[in-house]
Amino acid sequence: MSKGIKKTGVPSWEELKDTSGLPDEKRLEEGPVAFIECVQEIPCNPCELACPSGAITVGRPITNLPRIEGEKCTGCSLCLAACPGLAIFKVHKNYSETTSLVEFPFEFLPLPQECEIVRCVDRYGRFVTEGRVIKVKRLKKYDLTPLITIEVPKIFFSDVRSIEREVCNND
Amino acid sequence: MRISDHPILGKDRREKKIIISVDGKEIEAVDGEPIAAALLAAGIRVFRKTPKTGGPRGVFCAIGRCTDCIMTVNGLPNVRTCVTPVEQGMEIETQIGHGKWKDER
Amino acid sequence: MKYAQVAIIGGGPAGLAAAIEIARGGGQATVMDENHRPGGQLFKQIHKFFGSHEHQAGVRGYAIGEQLLKETSEMGVDVMLNTSVYGIFDNFKIGYIEQKREQLLQAERIILAAGASENTLALPNGTLPGVMGAGAAQTMINVHRVLPGRKIIMVGSGNVGLIVSYQLLQAGADVVALLEAAPEIGGYGVHASKIRRTGVPILTSHTIKEVVGKCQVEGVIVVELDGSMAQKPGSEQFIEADTVCIAVGLNPLTELAWLAGCEFVYIPVLGGNVPRHDTNMETTVKGLYVAGDISGVEEASSALDEGRLAGIACAESLGLYSSGEARQLKAAVWDRLDSLRTGPFGQKRKDAKDKLISTGEGSVL
Repeated sequence: MSKGIKKTGVPSWEELKDTSGLPDEKRLEEGPVAFIECVQEIPCNPCELACPSGAITVGRPITNLPRIEGEKCTGCSLCLAACPGLAIFKVHKNYSETTSLVEFPFEFLPLPQECEIVRCVDRYGRFVTEGRVIKVKRLKKYDLTPLITIEVPKIFFSDVRSIEREVCNND
Repeated sequence: MRISDHPILGKDRREKKIIISVDGKEIEAVDGEPIAAALLAAGIRVFRKTPKTGGPRGVFCAIGRCTDCIMTVNGLPNVRTCVTPVEQGMEIETQIGHGKWKDER
Repeated sequence: MKYAQVAIIGGGPAGLAAAIEIARGGGQATVMDENHRPGGQLFKQIHKFFGSHEHQAGVRGYAIGEQLLKETSEMGVDVMLNTSVYGIFDNFKIGYIEQKREQLLQAERIILAAGASENTLALPNGTLPGVMGAGAAQTMINVHRVLPGRKIIMVGSGNVGLIVSYQLLQAGADVVALLEAAPEIGGYGVHASKIRRTGVPILTSHTIKEVVGKCQVEGVIVVELDGSMAQKPGSEQFIEADTVCIAVGLNPLTELAWLAGCEFVYIPVLGGNVPRHDTNMETTVKGLYVAGDISGVEEASSALDEGRLAGIACAESLGLYSSGEARQLKAAVWDRLDSLRTGPFGQKRKDAKDKLISTGEGSVL
């Protein structure tokens, strides 16, 4: 049983499900969709403004947790780069019969190369599976927050949220 | 330990390098950076020894408020190295205790 | 003697925002800053800010800094750099040192925006080189591009400890552990989640028993704390490290307010002794205003808005705005400040600020 965000810095499943930031099962099956893993009330709403389809609502007060309307989400990924807390991810559960895609923000060097095999980790930084880098996006509108898309075995789509960071020596 | 490339700051494009000396030994510094940065980059962390116990001290606040980082610079003691920029040929010395003015030595 | 209509001491976000508002009102602002470049701590904030669009949410701190500098320059604000203010004397004569000479400046109004300084921790061997403030490490990596060490122990899980840990990772260092004495993480969960994803352990109910090293930090002995924050014997473990960053809060730099005779209130949530001020950011010394961390440690976004508030109120007091115009402008800023001070994190600060603000001589809300 996870002890939750205040104790560990990682939201528990109960905390995630309690928000309205995760899409429902049906929408998840249909195609790429945003997963907003924001579980605390802090004054913050860039995700609402970033979404071009109006799929994210925060409203007033701006401490409200963001709610996602799955039907409106087009999987454009703009909210992933806009979130100052790097708390939004994108999942394409049925990328293939056996694999899913997970897209996540990654502000470290070195960035992996497309097609590279990488070590994928969960919210605790624990190794989960190897995966393949499908895309590395560095668009100007992301303001220096690269977005990486990795392909992982389908059973891991709800666990994998990043890749292992290489400790690079600058000297 | 200089950061040559950084995910947000990008590559270090500062070109102008100068030479300063620390306890007689020459090291390279980036023109305009604080003395403390040049020393830390060169792996030097002990900046002074305290008056009573001779204990080692170095950077604490890095914004010129705490005076832990003071050294003797060009003969002048008690210089806050974290907010004083390097200059070509600057002579920096590990300060022992309260330090001495050049003409006191 | 130099003269200034409004002398603003401190050129960080609060001071610059105040200067811009004075200039907007048609007044003359003179910013006095000790550093060779204004911006305060803004330029080392390389992360995207929170808040709303009006707070410039999603914009990185240094970009907000650059914008402020551009505006102050466009509005003809006088900025005195390498200028250390050391005293405020009778009738708002300001003593300062510039170019190694003591000088005096006569001001009509003063806005103090001197910010805050990092707290330290009394640890055995805690003065060893390698023990530094978390903000100090942040300055070194983000402003000077120098790694202060390679293996870091971070003490404190407030937003500063969490954010600086993340930025140390971005700079290429290895954060071996983040220690928090309390049983829960103090700062935003999302900041903690970012570092947990990279594998950094967050040890709640832990602290440093002793720093180990001869001439500099070589490691720490950490110890677990029980429910009453006492060290649990037998729970000690050695962790190898070359740097210890202390992120246990900030305290306002209030010397000038004390010298000027301001009344103070002791409020721990705001960082300690803070100068009493009203809804106009005016202290108990008429014509002397405060803004930013000097009036209570919060964040850059609130510093910016408090600076605007002090600037508008000060301009109003000089007759540059009618009371109607000023009321509208101030209400807009108060709206933004109030929205920052909501939710489980902001409410404590709102309560503290309400306690600090007085509606008259000696009375407290």
